[in-house]
Amino acid sequence: MSELAGHALTGFIVLNVVIGLVTYVTLLERKFAARMQSRIGPYYVGWPHGWLQPIADALKLMMKEDIVPTAADRWVYNLAPIVFLLPCILIFATLPFAPGLGVADLNIGVLFFLAVSSLEIVGLFMGGWGSNNKYALLSAMRAVNQIISYDLPFIFAALVPVVLAGSLQMSVIVEAQAGLWYVLYPVLGQLAFLLFLIATLAAENRVPFDILEAESELVAGFRVEYSGMKFALIQLGEYAHMIGTSFLGALLFLGGWLGPGPAWLGPLWFLLKAMLIFLVVTWVRWSFVRIRVDHILAISWKLLLPATIVLLMATAFVVAWRGAGAA
Amino acid sequence: MDTEARRVVEMGYGGNERLVMNMGPQHPSAHGVFRAILTLEGETVVAIDAVIGYLHRCHEKLAETLTYVQYPSIASKTDYVSAMTAELAYVAAVEKVGKIDVPKRAQYLRVLVAELQRIASHCLWLGTWCLDMGGALGGGATIFLYAIRERELVLDLFEALTGARLLYGFHQVGGVRYDLPAGWAEQCRRTVDLIEQRLDEYEAMLENNAFFLVRTQGVGVISRELALDVGVCGPLIRGSGVAYDVRRTEPYSSYEAFDFNVPVETAGDCFARYRVRMVEFRESIKIVRQALDGLPEGPISSRPGVKSVGQVRIPKGEGYTRVEGARGEIGCHLVADGGAKPYRLKWRGASFCNLAVLPHIIPGHKVADVVAIMGSVDPVFGEVDR
Repeated sequence: MSELAGHALTGFIVLNVVIGLVTYVTLLERKFAARMQSRIGPYYVGWPHGWLQPIADALKLMMKEDIVPTAADRWVYNLAPIVFLLPCILIFATLPFAPGLGVADLNIGVLFFLAVSSLEIVGLFMGGWGSNNKYALLSAMRAVNQIISYDLPFIFAALVPVVLAGSLQMSVIVEAQAGLWYVLYPVLGQLAFLLFLIATLAAENRVPFDILEAESELVAGFRVEYSGMKFALIQLGEYAHMIGTSFLGALLFLGGWLGPGPAWLGPLWFLLKAMLIFLVVTWVRWSFVRIRVDHILAISWKLLLPATIVLLMATAFVVAWRGAGAA
Repeated sequence: MDTEARRVVEMGYGGNERLVMNMGPQHPSAHGVFRAILTLEGETVVAIDAVIGYLHRCHEKLAETLTYVQYPSIASKTDYVSAMTAELAYVAAVEKVGKIDVPKRAQYLRVLVAELQRIASHCLWLGTWCLDMGGALGGGATIFLYAIRERELVLDLFEALTGARLLYGFHQVGGVRYDLPAGWAEQCRRTVDLIEQRLDEYEAMLENNAFFLVRTQGVGVISRELALDVGVCGPLIRGSGVAYDVRRTEPYSSYEAFDFNVPVETAGDCFARYRVRMVEFRESIKIVRQALDGLPEGPISSRPGVKSVGQVRIPKGEGYTRVEGARGEIGCHLVADGGAKPYRLKWRGASFCNLAVLPHIIPGHKVADVVAIMGSVDPVFGEVDR
């Protein structure tokens, strides 16, 4: 019983930390984008530099009127934000932030992460369908196209470190990088990291792969009809997914909490590395134009999927050649 | 799903797997109030029905009620992104019908502001076009803000010259209203130097970007024949391999004294139109420098000191003038009856003629291309609907 209570407590803490982190990551992104565009960004709410802007945004969204379109499919429409948010938050369940610091360090952690994170498509499609709006419907169709296409390269790229470490358990993968981070692993590591980043962009629906949001054609895509708290939940889910994937990247390729200094600095290192990946993703977002749906599918099926499969097989050969565990 | 909702969805599909979707008149990427009724098969557009007229303000009728002194400052509201050239078209028509001379200095000043206006207008086009393709929350917004930054510099120049930033009232019948203030020429030189530098940055940012190329090359091809048949003008027809520029074919306001190239691309796609405009930026900068260097001394108007709004009277007659605006040929047909107001005025809007090409080129493209093609046509709806 006390064990269960302990798990519940850790879960509660992680959930709140994640939500707090997500809120403030929006500020980080806005500031970063503003610098790129020679602007200042949020400044006045929480002077100086807008430290209270995320709180103000959250409060504003809570106070907004909640509108349900007359023609909407009420059940699906109202459920969609929750169904969308749930897997995005759930992916943090298996992430260890330091040895022993996390909700559950499953022995199939990576598998759990990948499986749960691809569930977000259900909520997304529910939102697009339930809104009964043509823009939302088109966006939901694009979402299914894109996420199914990019989940495969994403999974294959994420499996390269798994094969190198010989385990699906996240803490074991990190410990295996004690000598050499996998991003530094000759050739294989860099290629896998690069492919992982590209697939991450697409799996997170970020520019240049944000065709489902596509506000210049589909207005705001699947969430065009959402307002107030439901919109906030969708935003929260999107950013949580993004942060979660950044953490996964830091864990699989950048050695997780490993870093110089005493052990208690571990979570900080982990956070820094995850934010580094997040900033790279943001940097790409604010420099590229969006690409078209047919090009996106072509990139996935003709380039990324074969490349990741070949890479995974090459990794397997290397590991088999050097003997299990020697990698 | 309840029956009402199902009915709406099934009606939308029409039972034959086609979806009719409205884009506009209120839409994030509609440049103004343009309504496109798209018929979609999946993501592919099979038909487009363009609906215009949401910004109709009876502009031509309005011109009949205003005198030759009053109207130039309203004429700029037809094409409000390129106000200087719109004013120029009107005063040129009045001068042609009334056989009024324009002093050399005024002609050079007109060329100077027209070319600066072209730079400002193309800046806005580049920004909004990339915004359409890259999204307000993506790389497009970055280019947009860079381009707007440069446009502001040009608007600062106009503000110093006329006191206004968007609609100027700079031209008047017989010349221009304001002479250059002190230090303006130096500020202008600095500005065009800066913009010329920044153009290299844009080109590096866009043309080395595979995603940008794949979105623009081979998209929205206007063939040479189609361009001539539909009668598109400006960067569109030059992007389709026709070297047609009013400044060159029928020089007005001393353009024959300037040395500039008319850029021509043969591909006819969005990228060709982009290239044409990027070269036009540089040609305009060249003309601005020449105008500043060769600015003659003398009066700025042949009819200075207008005391009342009804003072300018034009003898009975009829005339058509055309100028090369940022979007193409702007024509102004004026019928005068001897009074202080025109009897009839007809505008030929460049955007209006360019927009007519959309139904010919959009079917067969994806939804995402519709906004890219729209942006490359660069319509201003004040000029389309008038």
